[in-house]
Amino acid sequence: MELIFEQSVPGRTGISLPAIDVPEEAIESLIPAEYLRRESPGLPEVSEGEAARHFTRLSRRNFGVDTGFYPLGSCTMKYNPKVNEDIARLNGFTRVHPYQSEDTVQGCLELLYHMDRCLSELTGMARVSLQPAAGAHGELTGLMMMKAYHENRGEGHRKKIIVPDSSHGTNPASAQMAGLKLVEIKSGKNGRLDLDELKKAVDGQVAGIMLTNPNTLGLFESDIAEIAEIVHSAGGLLYNDGANANAILGISTPGDMGFDVVHLNLHKSFAAPHGGGGPGSGPVGVKEHLAPFLPKPLVEIKGDGSYYLEYNRPLSIGKVRSFYGNFGVVVKAYAYILTMGPEGLRQAAEDAVLNANFLMKRLKDYYDLPYDQVCKHEFVLSGGRQKEKGVNTEDIAKRLLDYGYHPPTVYFPLIVKEALMIEPTETENLETLERFIEAMIQIAGEVDEEPEKVRLAPHTTVVGRLDAVKAARKPVLRWKP
Amino acid sequence: MYPYLPITSEDRRRMLQAVGVEAIEELFVDIPSVMRCKGRLNLPGPLSEMEMARHMKALAGKNKNLDDNPCFLGAGAYDHYVPSIINHILLRQEFYTAYTPYQPEVSQGTLQAFFEYQTMICELTGMEVSNASVYDGASALAEAVAMACQATRRGEVLLSRAVHPEARQVVKTYSHFSSVNVKELGYQNGLTGAGEAEELINNQTSAIVVQNPNFFGALEELAKFAELAHRHKALLIVSADPIALGLLKPPGESGADIVVGEGQPLGNPLSFGGPYFGFMATTEKLMRRLPGRIVGQTADSEGNRGFILTLQAREQHIRREKATSNICSNQALCALAAAVYLTVLGKKGLRQVAELCLQKAHYTYRSLLETGKFASTFTAPFFKEFAVTGQEDAAVVNARLMENKIIGGYPLARDYPELKNALLIAVTENRTRDEIDRLVKYSVAT
Repeated sequence: MELIFEQSVPGRTGISLPAIDVPEEAIESLIPAEYLRRESPGLPEVSEGEAARHFTRLSRRNFGVDTGFYPLGSCTMKYNPKVNEDIARLNGFTRVHPYQSEDTVQGCLELLYHMDRCLSELTGMARVSLQPAAGAHGELTGLMMMKAYHENRGEGHRKKIIVPDSSHGTNPASAQMAGLKLVEIKSGKNGRLDLDELKKAVDGQVAGIMLTNPNTLGLFESDIAEIAEIVHSAGGLLYNDGANANAILGISTPGDMGFDVVHLNLHKSFAAPHGGGGPGSGPVGVKEHLAPFLPKPLVEIKGDGSYYLEYNRPLSIGKVRSFYGNFGVVVKAYAYILTMGPEGLRQAAEDAVLNANFLMKRLKDYYDLPYDQVCKHEFVLSGGRQKEKGVNTEDIAKRLLDYGYHPPTVYFPLIVKEALMIEPTETENLETLERFIEAMIQIAGEVDEEPEKVRLAPHTTVVGRLDAVKAARKPVLRWKP
Repeated sequence: MYPYLPITSEDRRRMLQAVGVEAIEELFVDIPSVMRCKGRLNLPGPLSEMEMARHMKALAGKNKNLDDNPCFLGAGAYDHYVPSIINHILLRQEFYTAYTPYQPEVSQGTLQAFFEYQTMICELTGMEVSNASVYDGASALAEAVAMACQATRRGEVLLSRAVHPEARQVVKTYSHFSSVNVKELGYQNGLTGAGEAEELINNQTSAIVVQNPNFFGALEELAKFAELAHRHKALLIVSADPIALGLLKPPGESGADIVVGEGQPLGNPLSFGGPYFGFMATTEKLMRRLPGRIVGQTADSEGNRGFILTLQAREQHIRREKATSNICSNQALCALAAAVYLTVLGKKGLRQVAELCLQKAHYTYRSLLETGKFASTFTAPFFKEFAVTGQEDAAVVNARLMENKIIGGYPLARDYPELKNALLIAVTENRTRDEIDRLVKYSVAT
C-alpha cells in the first residue's frame, strides 16, 4: 500500500485556517533570518478526505481486540469499554491545562486522589503515584525508591537486585537504569522461585528482589511468605511486577503477600486500551515506609474538602515524567473500577483464571505442558513436540493468523523452549474459547499431515512473513523521495 | 450483571466440570488463606453505565475548561487546535485496541503509520533517524542524556537552566540513579549563558543540553553550542517545540546530535498533562544507541513492501540488562495523532500555524507593553511564548483574569525566584484578537 508521501500532490491541503486577525509584521523583523528555515519540511500534501481514506485503509491492516480473540500472554488483552473512551474525551477532562490553578481543576484532582485510594486498597499499599507512564516506567520508579530508601538509612551499599530467570526483560533493564546490580537466579523445577537459590543470593548487599506474582508461567508463588521473610530479614525489599495483577484483583493483595512496592498496568488489568503500544499508565504503590520517596507531587485533601498538589516532599526521588502522568488513561481506568466495583473485579479475576484453566486442560493433550498444575490467568505451552516434526512455535503462531486469531506471546518466558504463553482474559465467552481450541487442535493435526502449510503461514494476511534480518542489516527507517 | 463479563453461571458450572474441580475456590488453593482478601474491599461501585457517566460528568464539570476560558498558559503544554479528523481516526478500534505490533502481518496499519511518523519527525528536526516515540518530552530528554553518556563514555552533562524546569527535574532524577553528574548553566537575558558553558565544559562532558525555543520562549543560538560541544567531543542535545519547526531552522542543520521534544502540540489535547508523547531523533551514527521502538521497511518472500519493528538488539526483551533503555512501549496512539495532524496540515499548513502563533504572540507582547504596566523581562527574539514583568504579583494578575474567564500565564517565580512578578504568556493560533484584547485589558488593575 502507498505511503502518504507517495500520494502527495503540491497544492493540496487538509486544513483550513483562519486569516491573521492581528496587525502583521515582517517575519524577519521578529526572528533573525539565520534562525529561519530555508525549506519547508517535506510533509505530505493531501486533502482531508484523502487523509481519512489513507488512515482508514491503514487501520484495516491491523488486528484489534474488537477484531477477534487476542490471547497474548502477560498482556491482558481484555475488552476496552466504549463508554470509557467517551468519558476520557469530555471537554472537562481534555480541555484542561496541567498548570491551571488548583481551584479550577478540582475535578481532576479529586479523581486522582480517589484513584490513589482505590489502587492502594486493591494492592494493600499505603500510597500510589500515578506519574509513571507505563509498566516499565513504574518499575524504574519503584527501584529508584528502593535505592533511595536504603541510601536514606545509610545503607547505600545495597545495590544488589535479585530477579528470577523467568522475569520480564524490563526487570533487569530497569534495574540497570536505576544503578542497581543484577543477580539472576534459576527457577525451581516446579516453575517457581527456588528458595535455596534465593538464600544463596541474599546477603548484606541486597537491595531487594523483583517478582511477578503470579509469575510469567501463570503460577502463583505460593512460597511468597517465606520469600518475603528471607529477603526482609536480610534487610532487602520486595518489588512486585504487577503485570499479572488481573489474576488476583479482589482476591489477594501484594501488600498481604509481603511486597513493599508494586506497579500496576492500567492498560492491562483495568481495561484501558493498549493503543497499538501506548499510551499506558504504570502507577506505583508503596507501603508506609517507602511513601516519603514517592515522586512528587501527590494529591492531598485539605480540611475544607478541597484537593491540592503537595510538592513539599523532601525525601521524594523527584519526578520521572512531567506533570501528573497519563491522566487520560487514569480516567478510563477509574471509570472501569466504578463500573465493576469490588465484586465485579473479583468476578473478573475468577473468570480470567477459569478461562485459562479451561483452555489449558483442553489443549494439553495436543501440545506439551511443561508445568502441569492449576494456573492463574495464563499458562505456557511448549511447541517442543511440533518442533521435532520440523514446525516451530513461530510457524504455529503465524498459522493462527490464518484462522483469524492473534497469536499468543511466543518464545517467552525464556525458561520454556518454544513457548506459547496464552492469556484468554475474562471478557471472552465460552464459544470463542471452544473455537480457539478447535483451531489449535487443527493446527496440531496440520503439523502431522501438512507441515508445509504451517511452515509457510500466514497465507491470508495482507503481507506474508516479513524479512526481519533484511530490516536490521540495512535499516530503512524513513521514506525518501 | 456486568456488561464486560460474558461467562454465565451455567458456563462456569460446565467449565469447572471440564477442568475437573468442583468450585472456583479450588483454582485458588495455591494462594495461602492468610493472604486472601477478607470482607468487602473498600471501593466504589459497581455502577451502571448511566450512573458512572453521570458521576464522571459531574467530576469533569468541576474543572474550568478551555472551551469556556481562553488560555494563555503554555510552559510546555499548548492549546493548539486539534482538527476533528484526528479523533475519528484514533477511535478506529483497529488502532486503539491493538497491542504493540509484534506480529507484523496483522499490524501493518500501526507499523506503516509509525514509519510515516518517523519520516515526518526527521523532516521537522533535520535528523536522519527517529524512533516511534517515548513517554513524553521530559523523559525523552532524560533518555537523550543517558544515550549521550553511553555514546561518549563520559559521565557529566551541562544542562541549561532555560530548559523546562520539570524536564530538568526528570533529567536529574534519572541521572542521580545512573551516577551522571548534572551541572546547570545559568541564563542571561533569557538565553543560556554561552560563556559559562565555555568555562564548564571539559573532557568529561558528554553533552550540552538546551531547549529551543527555551522555557522563556526565547530563541537560542544553537550553532554556537554545537560548535562548542563538538570542539570538546561532546554532543549537543536540543529539546525543540515541533510547531516552531514549521518556521525555524531544523536543529539538525545547526549541528544537533540528538533532538527531542514534547509532542503534545501535534494534535494531542492538553488532558491535564497527559497522555502526551516525546519525540526523539538522532544521527545515523548514533542510531543503534537510540532507545525505544523503531520501525523499518522490509519485504515478504514475494517482495511485497512491509514494515516491522527493527534494530531490536537494542531492546530489553532481547538484551535484558544490556539494553539501551528499559522502555518497552511507545506512546503509539499519541504518535498516530501527530502523524494525522502533520498529514492534514501538510507542508504549508504547519508553516501557517507557526506564523499565526508568531504574529499573535508578538501582537500580545506589544499590547501588554503598551499598557505601561508591563515591561519586557528579556529582549531576546521569541516565537509563541514570552515573559513580561508586571507591577503586581503574578498570582494577583491571574486571579483577576480568571474572574474574567481568562486563564493567564505561568508565574515564573515558581521556578525562578529571581523573576518576581514575571508571567510567561503563550499565544497559539487558537487565540483570537478579541481574546487577546481581553487578556490585555484585565491584566491591568482598574
